[in-house]
Amino acid sequence: MTIKDLSKKYEFYLFIIIISLCILFSFFTKEFLTLENFLDLLTNYSFLGIMSAGMLIVLISGGIDLSFTAIATISEYMIALIIINYNGNLLTAFIVSCLIGIILGCFNAFIIYYFKAPSLIVTIATLNIFYGFIILVTKGRWIYNFPTWFREMRNIFEFTAGNGKEYEIALPILLLLFVFIITYILLNYTFLGRKIIAFGGNQEAARRMGFNIFHITIFVYAFMGFLAGVGAISHVLIVQTVQANAIVGRELEVIAAVVLGGASLAGGKGTILGTILGVTLIAIMWNGLVLMGISSYWQPVILGLIIILSVISSAYSSRKSILGGTKIDIK
Amino acid sequence: MISNNTIISQLRSLYRNNATLSMLIVIFIFLTFLFSIFLPGKIFSVANFQSMAYQLPELSILAIAMMITMLSGGINLSIIATANASGIITATILTKLITADSGNSFYILVAAVLAGWVAAFLIGAINGFIIAYIGVSPILATLGMMTLLQGLNILYTKGYVISGFPPEILFIGNGTILGIPFPLIIFLTIAFIIAILLDKTPFGVSNYLIGSNETASYLSGINVKRVLIWTYAISGLLCGVASTIMISHFNSARAGYGASYLLVTILAAVLGGVNPYGGLGKVSGLVVALFILQIASSGLNLLGVSTHFTKALWGIILIFVIGLRNIKFKNNIKN
Amino acid sequence: MNKTENKILDLKNISKHYGGVQALKQVDFSLNSGEIHCLVGENGTGKSTLIKIISGVEQPESGAIIFINGKQELRLNPIKSIQKGIQVIYQDLSLFPNLTVAENITIHNYSKGNLKKVNWETTKKLSIDILSKIKLNLDPNRLVSSLSIANRQLVAICRAIATNAKLIIMDEPTSSLARHEIDALFSIIKELQKTGITILFVSHKLNEIMEISERVTILRDGVKVGLFDRKDIDDKKLAYLMTGKKFSQEKLAEKVKKEKILLEVKNLSKKSNYKDISFKLYEGEILGIIGMTGSGRTELAFSLFGINPPDSGDIIIEQKKVSFKSNKEAVEAGIGYVPEDRIGQGLIMDQSITNNITVTVLKKLLNRLKMIDNKKQKKITTHWVNSLVVRTSNISNLVKTLSGGNQQKIVLAKWLATTPKILILDSPTVGIDVAAKHGCYEIMRELSKRKIGIILISDEVPEVLYNCHRFLLMRKGRIVKEFQPDEISENELGNKIIEV
Repeated sequence: MTIKDLSKKYEFYLFIIIISLCILFSFFTKEFLTLENFLDLLTNYSFLGIMSAGMLIVLISGGIDLSFTAIATISEYMIALIIINYNGNLLTAFIVSCLIGIILGCFNAFIIYYFKAPSLIVTIATLNIFYGFIILVTKGRWIYNFPTWFREMRNIFEFTAGNGKEYEIALPILLLLFVFIITYILLNYTFLGRKIIAFGGNQEAARRMGFNIFHITIFVYAFMGFLAGVGAISHVLIVQTVQANAIVGRELEVIAAVVLGGASLAGGKGTILGTILGVTLIAIMWNGLVLMGISSYWQPVILGLIIILSVISSAYSSRKSILGGTKIDIK
Repeated sequence: MISNNTIISQLRSLYRNNATLSMLIVIFIFLTFLFSIFLPGKIFSVANFQSMAYQLPELSILAIAMMITMLSGGINLSIIATANASGIITATILTKLITADSGNSFYILVAAVLAGWVAAFLIGAINGFIIAYIGVSPILATLGMMTLLQGLNILYTKGYVISGFPPEILFIGNGTILGIPFPLIIFLTIAFIIAILLDKTPFGVSNYLIGSNETASYLSGINVKRVLIWTYAISGLLCGVASTIMISHFNSARAGYGASYLLVTILAAVLGGVNPYGGLGKVSGLVVALFILQIASSGLNLLGVSTHFTKALWGIILIFVIGLRNIKFKNNIKN
Repeated sequence: MNKTENKILDLKNISKHYGGVQALKQVDFSLNSGEIHCLVGENGTGKSTLIKIISGVEQPESGAIIFINGKQELRLNPIKSIQKGIQVIYQDLSLFPNLTVAENITIHNYSKGNLKKVNWETTKKLSIDILSKIKLNLDPNRLVSSLSIANRQLVAICRAIATNAKLIIMDEPTSSLARHEIDALFSIIKELQKTGITILFVSHKLNEIMEISERVTILRDGVKVGLFDRKDIDDKKLAYLMTGKKFSQEKLAEKVKKEKILLEVKNLSKKSNYKDISFKLYEGEILGIIGMTGSGRTELAFSLFGINPPDSGDIIIEQKKVSFKSNKEAVEAGIGYVPEDRIGQGLIMDQSITNNITVTVLKKLLNRLKMIDNKKQKKITTHWVNSLVVRTSNISNLVKTLSGGNQQKIVLAKWLATTPKILILDSPTVGIDVAAKHGCYEIMRELSKRKIGIILISDEVPEVLYNCHRFLLMRKGRIVKEFQPDEISENELGNKIIEV
């Protein structure tokens, strides 16, 4: 692809912005451009990244899901239950976590499909249903007595670099990679993924082509639930605690990352590369602010500003006139 | 058609013409009946009525703020954050300026309240501008505004409560006129004004039309951008009014009040007959829906049910209401 | 016709009703293998219902007999229908704008599974293969959203071919096409026929029906009223059978007194829209602007209506130069605009007739308290509903409950309520049955008698020739010539439009 072709792609601009920010931040603080920081960043944002992949699929299909934070929270408590109360191993916890996510995601899908209700409102409702339920059951208890072996599972890989420093690669990073890869394959190489994109582009046409809309709907929300389960494991491994209100309330961060990455709330649009860049942009933004010593009170403010500015610029550039913009070749 | 002037037939035609409203009134009566059996004496106690009459207005005004944006085909997810921001501004002015001189306190009170309202109005107008002039979807715009405001609220208050109001302000949230709680009077007045605004002014009718078909409205000469900005601005202003009642009721302002209200306002709107896609819905339906939710909430509370369960219940009810309505709608089309 | 020829489709005794309306009544319908057949009828006569039954989307009532390729089918559904080789190209094409040409063409592949792997090479190769079959030169990697409507249509046809369709049903395929695009489409249809594919063409455009079909089935009010070979029928007979009435078209007899100039346009230009447009519109005149899709007509109309501000030139209304910053100003100056897309742009379907008619004059209905006077609102609505003869039981009914012709009357009513001086009608009779069409023309003549100036934009030759006092030919953004109706014939005008 030529530079001209590249410049037409939205992802290209994102990339430029990210590079610029990296350069900017590395002037301000020398801790920014270090491998340690980079690995830290990857670890801390693995949850956001995993959720974003799921949200990308939902947005492409033309829907939205605000209940994933509650699903992840329920999964986290299940993980704690399995590991602490039942002495289960990581694999069992992982499977249970994902299963719970899939089941709750299917619940969303059934309601959205059979009640023909707007996904925004359904998932706001299920967010409250799931969250209300888990608080009721756990009384919002904070769990922090994970066994030692669990703490050690956090880092899967340790190595010593040339400069003598020790680095660790956390398991969540591998999960993140795994998630991005399967989502990429899903979207670009499977029939189902292409059908999801088609459905997002023209729902009525998808029906007429005989696509099984039920299957598509179930998969999209169940996949989101599944990834909520994966994200739950990732999150618990990193923070080594389970808190009821740790994730709920942060739905917008995920949506912002995906929309920043080029996906549209209307459906049919969005790429994994864009999502990765969107998450990266937010992560770097955040990280830079922290390293520059800006108080954590400013962070939500700046996040809100970033979101507003980015949706403004993306809406502004894709404004369509009522005429549809056809050009006539006047002789 | 045979003309039959009996009361029964008149009631029947009234029912058919206001199906939603009638159904809601039936539900309300049913619930009241139900609770009076299970909680004899308690639900109809003066104390309970009083507590309901004080709680209801805050939520209701916020619900109206949500409703008018839904009618236009959008949504306002920032109502709680706007209310809190407005309350914080009012509270700050009250506490900072009133300590010195108690002579001017009434004027400062008015200024503080108005400042809060103006801020809320401006926030709404900014939402409207982003949505109408720049073309951002209402979900994203108000979600972004909500995050920004939440951040600013916490940044400013650092999580602390602002209190120490002059006693005059307490009347707004706790006083009575002729035995009727003042907040309830405010709410009913606002409901009445908005109902007239929506039904009988060009602005209100345009709002509905835009919610049904924005392009056709535009091509018919409606100034869509202006109507939308006003809709979101008024929505903001209503959040300001609600916040005044809230901070007076609690005698303090905080960044996180009313966080659970968002779902309830959407529920009340949908239950009250508002079409989530826009173009349909009346204040009367909303008001009855709010009464139903308030009775249900009080009843559940008295039965010892936790608020979390109540919230989950709201979610379940919301889903059922939408589902039933869609199924009924589909059947109507088939006929 | 040879009766022993292979019948690809044979339907007997098809009936269907929705609610209280009988959409189809004991219709027999058959198609010979390899023919080009036209299904003709006005809107609402059951054409689309019949198509839905053939494609399996709807089920006929009991007693219906369906044979496809000689085999009886008891319960047809969309997937079975596609398997039998039946492909419908809907009026909205049902393409996926966010996917490429190649992927749209091969889309039916995806019905074969979920987890199968997409082979992009094969997809591309297959699509190029099919594109070449109809000699279409398109880049298979282009997104469908970037294509013109004519090209999208051809992609839809490719998609049908890709499934080895034996019967291709095209629902009103020419409604958005320019003349040369229609010619291209027809030649492709003939190519397809040579490969043995049967084509069922659904339309209500008389001249096109005569041009392409070999046999014609006519539906009226849900009943089959005729089956003819093309040589046994002409367009007058067709129109008569379709509507049950005789409609005569006569050119306007009255001449317009060219006294008062309502609107004058001088050298109006807008980049990529139109250039150097100049004309005058007199009081009481019906001025036609005839041109194909893509000639800049709608862009010009929008500019006159205040929505698409021109780059240069003057718009003068009643001797005063105007420069509209919004359509509100145009409305205040006395201009009304009836858009081409009645359903999406002209009407608010989910609102009442009352609201739709009074939307343009809300501010004029205020009482002393600055509130809308319901009585006034009802009065205006009832007045227009009656004077335009809109058939409805109650003015509170939603507009979507009305027929197409009545809906168009509501659009007219809403502008008439503003007592306009100038009315711009953009393709006002598209998708309206012949009877309603003529009703519309009568209303136009009435209005011109009341000194309203009308600009009628259209691409239908008879519509413009018989209903305008004079008309302008627009081509590629320019006004090419002005005509008086009595100086040209239908055929000549038809040819002039296609001229490049």
